[in-house]
Amino acid sequence: MNEIAKKKISELIEKNEVCLFMKGTPDVPQCGFSLAVSNVLKHLGVNFKGVNVLEDNDIREGIKIFSDWPTIPQLYIKKEFIGGCDIVKEMFEKKELQAKLSEKKIPYKN
Amino acid sequence: MSLKLEEIRNLIKESIPDAEITIQDLAGDENHYSATIKSKIFNGKSKIEQHKMVYKSLKGKMGNELHALSINTIEG
Repeated sequence: MNEIAKKKISELIEKNEVCLFMKGTPDVPQCGFSLAVSNVLKHLGVNFKGVNVLEDNDIREGIKIFSDWPTIPQLYIKKEFIGGCDIVKEMFEKKELQAKLSEKKIPYKN
Repeated sequence: MSLKLEEIRNLIKESIPDAEITIQDLAGDENHYSATIKSKIFNGKSKIEQHKMVYKSLKGKMGNELHALSINTIEG
């Protein structure tokens, strides 16, 4: 992957404790999977940064290599790759996402 | 761009021979699928690793020919 993309992504996950790479924005998601993850985070009242990959092709292509994960959305919590839509939803249903947030000391509401 | 349900099944089966696979074409457009895959190779692996194994079996088609595949992996 190119160095610019790598630098941009590294800075984003460094600066934002909860960072969601998504299609569209948390207010106007452009894909059902991005909407689903965004809604889980909103439901938990988590303060997160939504990065719209549709606005930046370096990030859109780069994040797939960066995480070794072929699809978007992708969720990072404190620089740890958590997963895509299916994993995040499953973790939420099993309360594992809530446990992960607690472990990482990210405030959320139940 | 689209991928037939049987092609997806065959690709997964090729790299995960013991897989029990259920696939649904969610929208009937050969573009939005949901798959449940049960295999022993998932045992003891993290969800991320399990999903990566499925993505790998699709040989780069995920995110390209195949737009949306919701994956549910189950340890066998």
